[in-house]
This record gives sequence, C-alpha cells and structure tokens, in this order.
Amino acid sequence: LNEQDARAAVRAAIGQVAPDVETGTLDDGARFRQDLELDSLDFLRLIETIAVSTGVDVPERDYAEVVTVRGLVDYVAAHG
Amino acid sequence: VGEFRMPALGADMERGTVVEWLVKPGDYVHRGDIVAVVDTEKADMDIETFEEGVVAELLVGVGATVPVGAALARITATPAAGAGAGPSAGEAVRAAGEAASVRVPAGVPEPAHAVKEPGSVTGPVPGPVPVPVTGHIPGPAPVTVSPPVRRLAHRLGVNVERVRGTGAHGTVTHADVERAASVRDEAAARRVRSSPRARRLAAELGVDLAGVAGTGPQGAVTETDVHRATAPAGPSVPALRAPTPEPEHAPPLRRTPSPRMPEPSPPEPSPPEPRTPAHAADRSKSLRHAIGTLMARSKKSIPHYYLSTTLDLGAGLAWMQRANAGRPVAGRLVPAALLFKAAALAAREVSEVNGFFVDGEFRPSAAVHLGVAVALRQGGLVAPAIHDADTLTLDELMSNLRDLVSRARAGHLQRAEMADPTITVTNLGELGVDSVFGVIYPPQVALLGLGRVREEPWARNGLLGVRPAVTATLSADHRVSDGLRGGRFLARIDELLQKPEEL
Repeated sequence: LNEQDARAAVRAAIGQVAPDVETGTLDDGARFRQDLELDSLDFLRLIETIAVSTGVDVPERDYAEVVTVRGLVDYVAAHG
Repeated sequence: VGEFRMPALGADMERGTVVEWLVKPGDYVHRGDIVAVVDTEKADMDIETFEEGVVAELLVGVGATVPVGAALARITATPAAGAGAGPSAGEAVRAAGEAASVRVPAGVPEPAHAVKEPGSVTGPVPGPVPVPVTGHIPGPAPVTVSPPVRRLAHRLGVNVERVRGTGAHGTVTHADVERAASVRDEAAARRVRSSPRARRLAAELGVDLAGVAGTGPQGAVTETDVHRATAPAGPSVPALRAPTPEPEHAPPLRRTPSPRMPEPSPPEPSPPEPRTPAHAADRSKSLRHAIGTLMARSKKSIPHYYLSTTLDLGAGLAWMQRANAGRPVAGRLVPAALLFKAAALAAREVSEVNGFFVDGEFRPSAAVHLGVAVALRQGGLVAPAIHDADTLTLDELMSNLRDLVSRARAGHLQRAEMADPTITVTNLGELGVDSVFGVIYPPQVALLGLGRVREEPWARNGLLGVRPAVTATLSADHRVSDGLRGGRFLARIDELLQKPEEL
C-alpha cells in the first residue's frame, strides 16, 4: 500500500468511527485518544475497520506505534 | 381492559414522544411484544407491552408528547385459549394448566405514577420505579410428576408445573412434556421478535428475520443484528467503497476537504436517521437538561460518600495480552471488559451497592445489571445496562459492551436497558483522568469510577516494581451502606482481577 492509499483508508476508518471528525482537515499529528477522543472501544473498531479495508492487522503489541494519525498511516503503508 | 402507558425509561425521564406505532386497532399483542417506538430525550426506544390482548384503540397519535404514565392505547383482554391461532405455545400450555381461570391482563408492573423521594424538594417529578420484569405467571397448579419425567422436563426446558397431565389423577407423563416442548418450539419458530427499525431495515435489505439471530431482549432481532446478518465478513465491514477520497489529479497532500468527494458513507450501525441537525441540537440540549435535573436530584437526596483504591492490573493485562495475541481484531478484549466483569461479580457479593433506594428503603437486586456511562460524541452521556453482567463470560460481556455502546451512540436503545441498571460504572479514565468521583444515578445507590490505566511504581513484599494500575473510586449512598462495605466492594474487585482467567 502506498502512503496515499493508506491515508485514504485511515481517513475513511476514522470517518466511520467518529463521524463528527472532519477527516479532510485532520492533522497528521492528531492523537486518537486525546485529540480525537476515541475510547478503547472506538479504537478497537478503528483497527478492525482498517483490518477489513486494507488487510493490515495491527496486533495489540503494536498499539503504541499507532497512537496518532501519522503513526497509523505509516503502519498501514509499511505492512499493507 | 388494560392500558398501555408511557413507561419511565430511566429515572430522569419525564415525558416521551410517540414516534411510531407498530400495531393498529384489532391487532393481537402478547406480553413483551414491541408495540411502539418512543423518542425520549436520549434516544429512540422500542417499547414493549406488559398487557396481552387485542388493541382496542390508540389514544395518542404519532408525534404527540405525553408525560410518563399517560395512557397510550387501550388493550382488551380476550379469552385466553385464543382458539389456538394467536397465542404462543407457552400460553397454550399455561392456559391448559389453568383450566378455568379467567385470563386477566397480566399484573401490570409498569410504573404509572410518580414516586417522590423523601427529601425531594422538586415537587412532582415522576419518580423512578425500577421494575423487575418477572414472569407474572399464575401460581403453579399442584401436579404429580415422577422423577424421570421431571428430569426430562428439565432437559427440555419445560416447566412441568404448567404442563397439563393426562396420566392417572392428572399425572404428567413423558408424552405430556414432549408435547409441551414441541408446541413451544413450533410457536417460537413461527414468531420472531424484532424491533421496528430492524423490520424496516430487513425489508429494505431483503433479509428474512426468521434467519437472523436476535440479541435484543428475549432474543428480539435488533437493527444491529440485521446489519450483522447482511455483513457476512464481520460486524462492521465497510468494504472501502471509495478508496481514493482525493481525485487523482489533486495535489497529494491536500488538507482541505473536497466538496466533490463525499466521504464513504458509514455503512454500519448509525441508522438511516431522517433527523435534521436541528433535531440533534434539540436533543443534545434536552439531554443536558435531563442530566442536570437528575444529578441535582441525586445530590439533594443522596448522602454520598466516596472511597478510592488502586487496582493492580498487572495480572489482568498480562493475561489479556496473551489472550488477545491469538485473536482477530473483532474478538479482542479491552481492559474495561475485565474491570466490568470483576465489578459485576463484586456487586453481586456486596449487595449494598447493587439495587435501588425507593419509597424510603433499599431494595437490593439479585441480578447485576451493570449500567455503563457512555459519552456521546455530540455531548452528554447515557448509562444503559449490560444485563446480568455477572453471569456473562468475558467474551459475551465484551460483545454486549461493543453492541451497547455503538447503539447508544447511534441513539437507539431499548427500554429495559435504560430503565434498569442496578449499579453504574463510569470509565472516564479512558480519556485520560486518573480518577473520577461520580454522582450516583437515582434510584441506584452506588457508582463506580475507573481512571486510566497507568504504569506506576509498586512496592510489594519489600520490593519495588512497576505495574499497570487503575484508580477505582466508589460513590455510594450512606442511607444504605457505609465505608466498610463500600471498601469491601472495591477490595473484592482488586482480588478478582488477580485471577483474570477465572473472570
């Protein structure tokens, strides 16, 4: 997956989990918990949505790498 | 003649608006059938009837807002046996057992009138009346049952007390029990409980409700179930329909939204809401008002006391990470599931924190319906219940939790979920605070607050280590318990968490 596809997938997933977030203007440094206010269930759903749309499964031990939008985009791009 | 009334869907509900009628005059309704959809200040909810019979008249039109307790429809009782056509097998069997007893509208448990809490200065606020939805089944007729037949009945899940015996002196035989079981199964197969939105959605999607596993009350098929049935690969399966939200010729890192490229529409649980933004704003405002009123009442009438303790989550998280390592994302647990299960078990043991304070006295609850405070993204919160949380496996609790939260956020909960939490837990720590001292939801008597999971230095047996920890707080009602029992509740949660494999 190139970065652009990864970014699109991440944005789409965020749009589903948190419909009120304006994904078009989303800052890359935004943190899911603190800035986008995703709780653990939201986060799980985000990861699940990504797994379905891109086939990239983020195991729990890697959660620390994907706490920001950029982190998740990079992770998906690297593993997709 | 019975009346179907506007139920109290939570302690803070004063009125509701009929959004949809699912029955019309002349329809036969069974106890538990969903007959209307009511818009409260929090969500649209499916409302079931506690009456049984024929709908004689609808007294309130769609769109009308009426106070809690107002009659919505008249339901006329009919002779029970119902000529075999309508009533479910359960009733047929029961009716047979009761022989000549006249069928009256079953004991109506619904809280029709206001109950003032002692010390309440707010006047006639419609009070919360927690309603244990019990069987309302007429007392058992004396029957003679031999032990082997009793064993068979037990195996088939048939209540022998309600089976009419055809043996000598009314003795219940093997055949009687088997017949009762098969009549019941056939009826159950014929009748699929479902919510109105689920039916509408099923019709739109061409789904046969009979083939959908229901997760709602008494197995009712909910909207989420229908979605699940149409999404074979998983609960929320957004096949990425528009993989490139940016047009190809666009600069690669454009940050402004492109009006021509709509986001892929969320396919899952948000219902096709015909609501306008104005409606959402209204609801948000009235939700804030409802929360304020309820919390003010709580603080006026409940003498809160507060306790705090630190839970050692080392064993729990290590176990959970091992369990999650082998699971697909959809099957993974979150720490909240462990904490909630431990809390539910502890609440069952320390009964002074689990139940309702009504009419000047505490009524402990045998069941633990764990209310979960869910923050809504547009503001406000609701605290619907995970029913019988103490009896669920961790996986069941996890899946119920995910379902409940997604429906709460979509604004679609069921009556019982709103009305009957016996203790509430708030998990505000998810978003960063160390501890939360909450306000009890009347008529409940305790609220458990969970802070965030954090690493902290931990001295044990003379050694210093680092452990993941969570601060748990208890707000409890001094009319019911004091610190000793409250402390016991928190301590039990910690103890239970040390053996996560047994949760």
